Amino acid sequence: MSWISWMLPPGASTFAGDIDRIYYVILVITGIAFVVVEVGLVWFLIKYRARPGRTVIYTHGNNTAEVIWTSITAVTVVILGLMSAGIWNRIKGRDSVPANAMAIRVNVKQFEWNFVYPGPDGRFDTPDDFTRRNQLHLPVNQAVVVELMSEDVIHSFNIPAFRIKQDAVPGMHIRAWFQPTVTGEYELGCAELCGLGHYRMRAVVTVHSLEEYQRWLGEQSPTVASK
Amino acid sequence: MATIAPPVEPAVHALVDDRTFLRKYIFSTDHKIIGIQFLLMSLIFLLIGGILAMMMRWQLGFPGRPMPGGGLLPETMASGAVILPEFYASLVTMHGTFMVFFAIMPLLVGVFGNYLIPLKIGAPDMAFPRLNMASFWLAVPAGLLMIAGFFVEGGHAAAGWTGYAPLSANPEYTGVSAGQQLWCLSLIILGLSSILGAVNYISTVINLRAPGMTWFRMPLSIWSLFITAILVLLAMPILSGALIMLLFDQSLGTHFFLPADGGQPILWQHLFWFFGHPEVYILILPAMGMVSDIISNGARKPIFGYHSMVFAIMSIGFLGWVVWGHHMFQSGMNPTLGTTFMVSTMLISVPSAIKVFNWLGTLWGGSIKFTVPMLHACAFVAMFVIGGLSGVFMASPPLDMYIHDTYFIVAHLHYVLFGGSLFAIFGAITFWYPKMFGRMMSPRLGKLHFFLTFVFYNLVFFPMHQLGLQGHMRRIYDPSTYEFMKPLAGLNRFITISAFLLFASQLLFLVNFIGSWFRGRKAEPNPWDDTGLEWTTPSPPPHGNWAVTPRVYHPPYEFGSGRTAEDFLPQDRKLDTPPAPARAPASR
Repeated sequence: MSWISWMLPPGASTFAGDIDRIYYVILVITGIAFVVVEVGLVWFLIKYRARPGRTVIYTHGNNTAEVIWTSITAVTVVILGLMSAGIWNRIKGRDSVPANAMAIRVNVKQFEWNFVYPGPDGRFDTPDDFTRRNQLHLPVNQAVVVELMSEDVIHSFNIPAFRIKQDAVPGMHIRAWFQPTVTGEYELGCAELCGLGHYRMRAVVTVHSLEEYQRWLGEQSPTVASK
Repeated sequence: MATIAPPVEPAVHALVDDRTFLRKYIFSTDHKIIGIQFLLMSLIFLLIGGILAMMMRWQLGFPGRPMPGGGLLPETMASGAVILPEFYASLVTMHGTFMVFFAIMPLLVGVFGNYLIPLKIGAPDMAFPRLNMASFWLAVPAGLLMIAGFFVEGGHAAAGWTGYAPLSANPEYTGVSAGQQLWCLSLIILGLSSILGAVNYISTVINLRAPGMTWFRMPLSIWSLFITAILVLLAMPILSGALIMLLFDQSLGTHFFLPADGGQPILWQHLFWFFGHPEVYILILPAMGMVSDIISNGARKPIFGYHSMVFAIMSIGFLGWVVWGHHMFQSGMNPTLGTTFMVSTMLISVPSAIKVFNWLGTLWGGSIKFTVPMLHACAFVAMFVIGGLSGVFMASPPLDMYIHDTYFIVAHLHYVLFGGSLFAIFGAITFWYPKMFGRMMSPRLGKLHFFLTFVFYNLVFFPMHQLGLQGHMRRIYDPSTYEFMKPLAGLNRFITISAFLLFASQLLFLVNFIGSWFRGRKAEPNPWDDTGLEWTTPSPPPHGNWAVTPRVYHPPYEFGSGRTAEDFLPQDRKLDTPPAPARAPASR
């Protein structure tokens, strides 16, 4: 029954821990609210069920009670908001992309991911660029910024293990960054309905150790630029 | 206002009903008949939406296996009884479209807005009865057009119920052309129908309240329907405008949402959700209002915090306009804007929490009678709490990055719209059925239906939270494509089987609804011992509702005050003794 669980699957990027932490904080807070309200509800339903001779407590309300539960809710959500805003800004804020991030262009179309690497010269739109379809290879512990461009409809770049999701919108050039922390193979899927092949728009992400990644890079030959 | 008319003449007038069958039941201008017409229409669409959901569940639980009865579908939908990916996209789209626009929205606004507003404020009919008739007779062709989409070449709309452009704007991307255009046309016509209805509700509430029915003597159901009507009036034109632009993109070669010549795909999302988030509250506010009526009645006690309930409805209605961007945190919208929308979204949880606590306060110290409507109303509170709390998760933009477009969202929205709205609707139908049809629904069948629905509903939707937490995306035709979803196959199958049982349980409601119409126990005028004005007229009420316009003396929920021999004080009963002074200011 491991799938009836409130735990998140293991994360494998630098900010996965932050996201998981805010998740568990919200889980605990909403969990407490859930138990208080549902237990209260069931308790009232049992305790105040109609019985012969019961007289009701005739009241139209209580302002103190209103103020208490309004302020508790308001304070709680303000705290959650403050916590979230900081993390959000660090992950997706305008200036959040680390300066040393390695850029990879992602050209998306129905129903494939094309990852364009700049090649040995480190620059795009030069003859040594190479493209890999539905295979993303990354070095571990290196910040990566994906530059998302869609040729047709909206797709969404989604690697659950890295806790990253970002729509790729035609006509827009959207950057999103993350930094893998654990070597291994992960799955990348499209998260935005993009047509009948949406469900099979899958790519494999391989996170290598630095040496392995260099070896892999060396094996790649430039592809004739598709555009 | 003249003094109360002598009862003889109007009574005769009300009883003589010389309308032909056609004018009385088909092209009727009577708000009660129109309400019942909306009820029958939207229950049919609820059934259609449910059948579409069952097909989706089959594919998710048993991917690639022939569906029982799938052989009846044409080759364009299922090949060898196995659902095709393109048809699955249409199923996803049309389940959402039918349920939101043709089932829940007309059930709440069309049915109960029409039926309850005049009866609860003491009006003979709507302010504009012919406009009201037009509203229904626009909804019918809209529904027929929407159904027609299944039978055109290329299949039905397949871009999701949210119709995100460019997928929806260019037929090349889905292979759907006529279906998507019918989808737009149908929703434009339905929008017109809703706007006509909203104008009517607003005018009626403002102008036709009976003498003594002050604003703060209106039941919460009427408050919520009134605020909802304002939301409908302001939101639907935005959708209609966006749909017209989308239709032009599809058929006339414009580029509002197509980037090739400078169009903006994200503009569609802004327009859609600027309508779409008020729409969410259109789908829940009337449910909250009617649940308040039923809970106060079931607890035999005034609603707790009437005024804060009204202000909560108003602030939800207002804040509902400034939260639309929380659907778009990951859309490429400026992330700073995301922070703004997070703040407004967090804020809107405050009035929702106020309502929940006030319902609990109403139950506290009551004498609770577990009638079928009351069971549904309590289930509404219990389920709405879950839907509300799960909403806090995606209100946090960084966490939304992980759960956006996963089954966590599917679980959340079904806890609000099924656990919330639909339980309220079942409760409200049972509660007002005797007024509508003059007969009681069977309580035994009703309770059985309630318990089975409650159990299977939770077995279907609760585990969807877990699917989402494991990263399971929405709108995925075959979950076994992904390695990380493969361990979830068992859970998916469990949900599917529960969904079939949930669907089967609804047959009990169908049997009860139709059977009671003919064979139910005859209902007296006030079977629930309620205080509302609608219970002071016969069941069902005659054309014109009252022989004499009622006069209102009391707030809406006077249960258990001890001022009458019964435990309730109808709003229109004049008492000689003034209320005890100690109690009067308690409500602030």
